Amino acid sequence: MKKVLEGSMAISDSIRMTEPKVISAYPITPQTHIVEHLSQMVADGDLKAEYVMVESEHSAASVVLGASACGVRTYTATAAQGLLYMEEVIYNIAGMRLPVVLTVANRAVSAPISIWNDMQDSMALRDSGAIQLVAENNQEAYDMHIQAYKIAENPEVMLPVMVCVDGFVLTHTFEVVETIDHIEKVREYLPPLNMKYTLDINNPFSFGTVGEPSVYLETRFRLSNAINNSKSIIVDAANDYKEMFGKYEGALIDTYKMDDADTVIVAMGSVLGTIKDVVDELREAGKKIGVLKIRAFRPFPADEIVNALKNIKNAIVIEKAVSLGKGGILSCEIRDALYQRRINSVNVNGYVMGLGGRDITPKNIYDLIIKAEKEEDVDGEFFGLNNELLNKVF
Amino acid sequence: MLTNILTKEDTHKQLFTMGHTGCSGCAQSMAVKLIMQVLGKNTIATSATGCLEVFSTKFPESSWNIPWIHSLFENSAAIASGIEAALQITGKKDGTTVLSQAGDGGTADIGLQALSGMFERGHDVLYICYDNGAYMNTGYQRSGLTPYDSFTTTSPSGKISFGNNRPKKYMPEIAMAHKIPYTAVASAGYPIDLQKKVKKTLSIKGPKYLQVDVPCVPGWKYEPRYSVKIAQLAVQSGLYPLFEAEYGKITSVKKISKRVPVEEYLKLQGRFKHLFKNEAGKAEIEKIQKIADENIEQYGLL
Repeated sequence: MKKVLEGSMAISDSIRMTEPKVISAYPITPQTHIVEHLSQMVADGDLKAEYVMVESEHSAASVVLGASACGVRTYTATAAQGLLYMEEVIYNIAGMRLPVVLTVANRAVSAPISIWNDMQDSMALRDSGAIQLVAENNQEAYDMHIQAYKIAENPEVMLPVMVCVDGFVLTHTFEVVETIDHIEKVREYLPPLNMKYTLDINNPFSFGTVGEPSVYLETRFRLSNAINNSKSIIVDAANDYKEMFGKYEGALIDTYKMDDADTVIVAMGSVLGTIKDVVDELREAGKKIGVLKIRAFRPFPADEIVNALKNIKNAIVIEKAVSLGKGGILSCEIRDALYQRRINSVNVNGYVMGLGGRDITPKNIYDLIIKAEKEEDVDGEFFGLNNELLNKVF
Repeated sequence: MLTNILTKEDTHKQLFTMGHTGCSGCAQSMAVKLIMQVLGKNTIATSATGCLEVFSTKFPESSWNIPWIHSLFENSAAIASGIEAALQITGKKDGTTVLSQAGDGGTADIGLQALSGMFERGHDVLYICYDNGAYMNTGYQRSGLTPYDSFTTTSPSGKISFGNNRPKKYMPEIAMAHKIPYTAVASAGYPIDLQKKVKKTLSIKGPKYLQVDVPCVPGWKYEPRYSVKIAQLAVQSGLYPLFEAEYGKITSVKKISKRVPVEEYLKLQGRFKHLFKNEAGKAEIEKIQKIADENIEQYGLL
C-alpha cells in the first residue's frame, strides 16, 4: 500500500513487520521518532514485544545483546554520541556473533554539539564487525530493515546489521513509501530466528568466555571471514526481496547512468537524490556523467566498486565524514581497492562536505564537478567552506 | 568421615565445578559454589568482567553447568535485563532464575548506572555483588568499596598516606533507596546465612540485591587458610554488617555473637600492616574502630 510516511514511521513500520521480541532504546535526536512509534505500537498491542526503557545507550545495546543471546529477534536505534556510547557493546555483539539489527539515524558528533546530519558516527564503527547498510530514501529505509534481519540471521553471517539513515533528511521527512500489506509475506521472506546456540537452561553453554592468545587470533579471523563472506548474502537478500516484494534499490552498490560515463560521483545515503537530479540535467546537456551508490559500506564491496569504476576517468567522492589526521574515508578505500587491482587510470578525488547538517545543494554539486575534473588525487579536502567564518574565533 | 568427601565425579556434576583457576583460598569461588547449590539448574547467569569471569571460563573450559554469559565490565545488570525480557516475552520466565553477577567495581563503580536502571525498571533479576574491596583482577586497585585505610596499588600507603582515604561506599543502602523488594548483605564466612538469603530470593519477584563479603588472598595479603576466619572477623568486629531489607526497610540483622576489636581483623591482613608501625597508625585504627562502632549502633548488631 502506498502511504505518505515520515522516514521514522517507515522504519518503525517495517520493524513492526519483522516482529522483534525485545526492543530497547535510549532517546537521542534524531532517532526519537522511530522509538516513539515503536513504543506506541507496543502500547496499542500492535506489536507484541518487550520494550525496555533503559537509562543509556550502553544499556540499550546490552539489553538487546542479552535478549539476542536467548535466541529472540531484537532491535535498537541510536545516533551520534549514543552510537559512540554503544560502541563497546557493538564490538561485543559482533564478536559474540549475535544478529541484532539497529538503526543509526546518522548525526554529527561533538564537539561542537550538533544534532544535524553527517556520517561521522557510523564511520566510527566501521571496524566493529557490524554490517553497515546505507539507505538513500524512505522507501529504501523501509525495505532495508527487513533485509537487514534476513542478512543478520543467516547462519553463515550471524552479525549485527546497522542500517544507516540520514538524520532529519530522512528520519523527519515525509515521502511516499510503498509498504507491505501482509505480514505473512514478510514471515515467508524472513522465517523465525533459529539460533544454534542460545542461553537455554536445558542445554547450557558459556558465552563470552576468555580468549587467550592461543585462540583469539582465530576467533577474529572467523569474524572477519563472516563479514567478508556476507557480501553474497546481502546480494541474495536484495534479490529475494525484489522477487517477493518487487522492490530493488541495489545490493552492495547500485549504478545510475554510468554507461559510457567519463565522470562518476560516488556517494552514500540521501545526498544521492540531489546528485541524481544534477546528473539528469547534465546528461540532458550531453555530459557523460553517472552516479555510483555505495549501499553496503561494510563489508566493503571492493570488487564491485572497481568493476564499476575501472573504465572511467574521474571518480568524485562525496565524504560526509572525515578521518581526522588522514583525510577522506570512502575515497581512501576506493583508491586502495583500485591500487590493489593495479588500476591507475581512475582519478579519485574525495571532498568532505555537508558536515553537521550543512546542505549539499545542486549548485554545490555543479561547482564540485567543475572543480574536481581539474584536480588529481584529492584526499578529503573540505568543500563548501564559508571563508568569512574561518577568520573568526570559535 | 571419608563419606563426606566429594569425589571428582561428584564435583563435576555441580553447577559451578572444580577445575577453575581461582586462587587457593578464594572466598568468591566458595560463595559462588554455595549460591549455585541453592539456585539450582534452572538459572541463567551473567558475569561482569572480573575475577570470576576470568578464572571460571578460560576457553575452551568452563566451570558453569548452567547457561552463562559474560559481555563487558559495566553491563551485567543490563544483559540480565535483556535476558529477563526475552524470557518474559517467550513465556519462559516462570521457574527460571536470572542471576546477574559482578564484583564490587563492576557493581558500585562502573556498573552502577546499569544496576540502577535494572532496579528501577523492576526486572525479576537476582543481582549479586561479590565484594572483595578492590579491582583484584587487574592487580588490587582501589574501588568505591575499598575500605578506609586499605592499601591498594592505586591507594598505596606511603610516607604521607595511610592508603585509601575514603570510607567504603554504602552500596546496600543505594540498592535499598530504589525500594526494591529485597536487599541483603551476606558473607563467605557464614555459609548457612548466605544460603538462607539466597533461598529467600527465590520466593521474591522483582529485583533483588545481595552483596557478599569475599576475602581475597592476594589482594588482602593473608594466608589462604584465613579466608573464612577473616570474613567472620569482619562481621564480628562490626565492619561488615549482615542484614536483610525489604522495600528499603531493614527487616533483620545478624547479631554479633562474640564482639572483637577491629585490630583482630586488621592485623591478619597485609593490606592494613602499615597501620601497625607507629603511633599515627594506632590513631588510624581508632578511626576504623569508630566506623565499626557506628555500624554496631546504626544496625543494632549487638
